[in-house]
Amino acid sequence: MKNTYIQDVTLRDGMHAIKHQYGKEKVREIALALDRAKVDAIEISHGDGLKGGSFNYGFGAHTDWDWLDGIADELKHAKLTTLLLPGIGTIEDLKRARDLGVTSVRIATHCTEADISKQHIEAAKKMDMDVGGFLMMAHMNDPNNLATEAKKMESYGADCVYVTDSAGALLMDGVVDRIKAFRQILKDDTEIGIHCHHNLSLGVANTIVAHQAGANRMDASLAGMGAGAGNAPLEVLIAVLKKMNIHPNCDLFQLMDLADDVIRPLQERPVRVDRETLSLGYAGVYSSFLLHSERAAEKYGLDTRTILNELGKRKMVGGQEDMIVDVALDLVKNNGSNP
Amino acid sequence: MSKRKVAIIGSGNIGTDLMIKIMRNSELLEMGILVGIDPASDGLARAERMGVATTAKGMDGLIELPIWNEIELVFDATSAKAHAHHHSLVEKFPSKRIIDLTPAAIGPYLVPVVNFSEHGDLQNVNMVTCGGQATIPIVAAVSKIAKVHYGEIVASIASKSAGPGTRANIDEFTETTAQAIEKVGGADKGKAIIVLNPAEPPMVMRDTVFTLSEVCDQDAIRKSIHEMVESVQKYVPGYTLHQEVQFEIIPEDQAVFIEGLGHRHGLKTTVLLQVKGAGHYLPEYAGNLDIMTSAALATGERMVSLQNA
Repeated sequence: MKNTYIQDVTLRDGMHAIKHQYGKEKVREIALALDRAKVDAIEISHGDGLKGGSFNYGFGAHTDWDWLDGIADELKHAKLTTLLLPGIGTIEDLKRARDLGVTSVRIATHCTEADISKQHIEAAKKMDMDVGGFLMMAHMNDPNNLATEAKKMESYGADCVYVTDSAGALLMDGVVDRIKAFRQILKDDTEIGIHCHHNLSLGVANTIVAHQAGANRMDASLAGMGAGAGNAPLEVLIAVLKKMNIHPNCDLFQLMDLADDVIRPLQERPVRVDRETLSLGYAGVYSSFLLHSERAAEKYGLDTRTILNELGKRKMVGGQEDMIVDVALDLVKNNGSNP
Repeated sequence: MSKRKVAIIGSGNIGTDLMIKIMRNSELLEMGILVGIDPASDGLARAERMGVATTAKGMDGLIELPIWNEIELVFDATSAKAHAHHHSLVEKFPSKRIIDLTPAAIGPYLVPVVNFSEHGDLQNVNMVTCGGQATIPIVAAVSKIAKVHYGEIVASIASKSAGPGTRANIDEFTETTAQAIEKVGGADKGKAIIVLNPAEPPMVMRDTVFTLSEVCDQDAIRKSIHEMVESVQKYVPGYTLHQEVQFEIIPEDQAVFIEGLGHRHGLKTTVLLQVKGAGHYLPEYAGNLDIMTSAALATGERMVSLQNA
């Protein structure tokens, strides 16, 4: 088993929870505190990756460049990382992030579309970056086919490939089967990662069973700060790992303090399992759709859950936030019930 | 007036679909030859079955053939890299024109309903991207009425309709489309997003256009968009407004922060489009293929009409 590797996503996935509105100083404060608490990697960008700022996903309070600027020089322990979704960000954007000291990147595609990451993974490797392939909405592809996509990313040069449960819809068996399928088909020196959402309250449990099945890179965020019901809460995950005698490096009390004192006060809409976020996991819908669907529900006088169910039924994938208003308008035509 | 002979370079999805459209629909153009580089390609086999001349020796092979003398118009449906070479070959024959369906953009971007009259007499024009052909007319329709600060488009296409060329060059789509939103659509700043959806049965192409403009008469914008949709429908019958145009005022105290522009407020217009293909080479979900080849065909026909006039 490779070394256990904890990547914090508070400053990337967590962007979704506050409509990408972290102030530049707040990002710096949180990143440096995470570094002191000794996480292995800190991911910073718009929630939808580099250049995600848009009407479709929400404009950020700052550009990715402003958020990233100056952080790398101050980190003593953790790697500075970022996220890129082909179709949204470009290789030019990745170069700019590299110039700001980013040394690791995840290239994210839908779980059946790994081949659109070839250009970007190869470019990142040429820049000497550590590269993760990020197969989103992993519940929408079966273990063997998902592993075939992972193999493609490995062949382009990815150092690690992730099972990314963007909808928080996978149960524990579903996670284990996918990690095992990866382990079977990937080279021994390719790492495996797990990224969970807590919509069915399985964020930590799914991360732990993934680790037991062979995933060494684990994503988590302070107080779960992330899309939907959030990610595996970092402080909880570390507590559980410590009780399992794994990864004693992170400072648990520092992480608890950060979660409660710094992160929770930022949450205008609490990041928790409730009827809306539970519906994401239940219907298998991209967690980032949450706030956009709540806004559409309010504007058009609908129940958020009705919108989410319909999005799930139409098999919308990550990035299709524009279809939320489309679905809402269709529902209005049908008097608020699913057509 | 007899039909003008054309050559199509590239025997993939785009080249083959364009060939079928020319043979079925065009009163002004006729197929001279389909040019590929893979003798085993499905497109070349299809052309032979349809009685169209073919060569698998590429553009270099084409100019050695007697039929080259009869070709007036070349459609390039290969790749950006290959197009640079093809352009250098055609350039030496000033009477021949080239319509570039790759993202190479050696010639200016052309969206027939928006700016044909500016560039229709040039030797080389570029057709932007499928998403650009679907969305830039809408940005331009808003620009006719109000100053557009920002234009953003989201193209969702069925995974099955994205060929290997598209998949290997996603950045070319986002970069080319964003530039053309500015240059042709008239926005100060453009942004383009593309999403592939693997749902079965495959989803019909969807395009969403967001603009942020100066606040102005919403009825005038709505009318301008409806007129533009009707103009595009003349060459892409499956191009429709999927929902009525949506408006939202973004007040000054809730201005949005747009990279490259800073804080902007005004009128947000949202246009939800659907592009259903004609079902020529690929089924009707592949509106992305259809709008590209239909726009290229419309451009070629307009060029010929201009010469005839």
